[in-house]
Amino acid sequence: MSLLDYFKRSKPSASIARERLQILVAHERASITQAAYLPQLKQELLAVIQKYFNVNEESVSVNLEQDDNNEILELNVVFPDEEANKNQPEERKGKYNARVNRTGRR
Amino acid sequence: MARIIVVTSGKGGVGKTTTSSSIAMGLAQKGFKTVVIDFDVGLRNLDLVMGCERRVVYDFINVINGESTLNQALIRDKRCNLLSILPASQTRDKDALTKEGVGKILKELSKEFKYIICDSPAGIEQGAFFAMYFADDALVVCNPEVSSVRDADRMLGILSSKSLRAEKVREPVKEYLVLSRYSPERVETGEMLSVDDVQEILSLPLLGVIPESSAILNASNSGTPVILDEESNAGQAYSDIVARYLGEDRPQRFIKKQKIGFLSKLFGGR
Repeated sequence: MSLLDYFKRSKPSASIARERLQILVAHERASITQAAYLPQLKQELLAVIQKYFNVNEESVSVNLEQDDNNEILELNVVFPDEEANKNQPEERKGKYNARVNRTGRR
Repeated sequence: MARIIVVTSGKGGVGKTTTSSSIAMGLAQKGFKTVVIDFDVGLRNLDLVMGCERRVVYDFINVINGESTLNQALIRDKRCNLLSILPASQTRDKDALTKEGVGKILKELSKEFKYIICDSPAGIEQGAFFAMYFADDALVVCNPEVSSVRDADRMLGILSSKSLRAEKVREPVKEYLVLSRYSPERVETGEMLSVDDVQEILSLPLLGVIPESSAILNASNSGTPVILDEESNAGQAYSDIVARYLGEDRPQRFIKKQKIGFLSKLFGGR
């Protein structure tokens, strides 16, 4: 190994491994705890929304995000174009978005 | 009441059976009546590592199905009479285990033994599930390597959500980290995850570090739990682990690179 190689040497692989694992493990833990009730929540919310609006399953997304001590439940409903143009005021056209914040972890 | 300890990992080949055999032998040597059960139905190997493969007549599945009594299936260790081995079946498939059957046998063993070690198979299927389901304590064996750490974390999730203690909302299973195949030299050069890295990612208390050692292969070659090789690093590391599990305070060893003295360098001693 030449002297030049010594300076060109990239980041030690262990620290790459550590960073990759930290991200992966945090993500997998979150998705596993979510999986239990999120699909059902989505179905039930969809049923309620469908009572009032003509939307299909793809236009509703439910997300649970976690940071250090906050959980954010995010609900996104995208209305179909013609429906939205007919019934909604101009500024609310197209999309309805609701966020529920909950402080403190379960 | 017996204490049920599962030795698990998720990933294969990280040292579950090596750990099970040494911990079981260590606890028995400390004077506790101990039994070690192989849950790897169809791919049993604990008998081979313990050196009693030629004495297997009946197995775990025979007992579950009522084809033999528990005492007929238990193999008394020849080196330590407080230690017994319950081998897995080599011919049946893994669906032969049932929750009721395993529960009943563990209950029966609890009357006679102080410690019941459940040697889990790799994966998260039937055998691994039943090995961890009834556990009070879990030794999670992990190598300082990405896939092993990820699988260990997955196993921790299963322990905290699917075990009997989780289902009945009792005190959770006590989890401990056993970091095996550790090479302080490679950690120092930055090419291996350090014990701190793994502990931080899994957030587990460290029971001990097993250094990468030629003694492990020598021990399994001859069917001797490596803890009986008191000269070796790995054997001493397992003795430490047993002592720490029993509440003794022993400083961690085998984490730092060994300094090789001038004389050992000269004469090639280890």
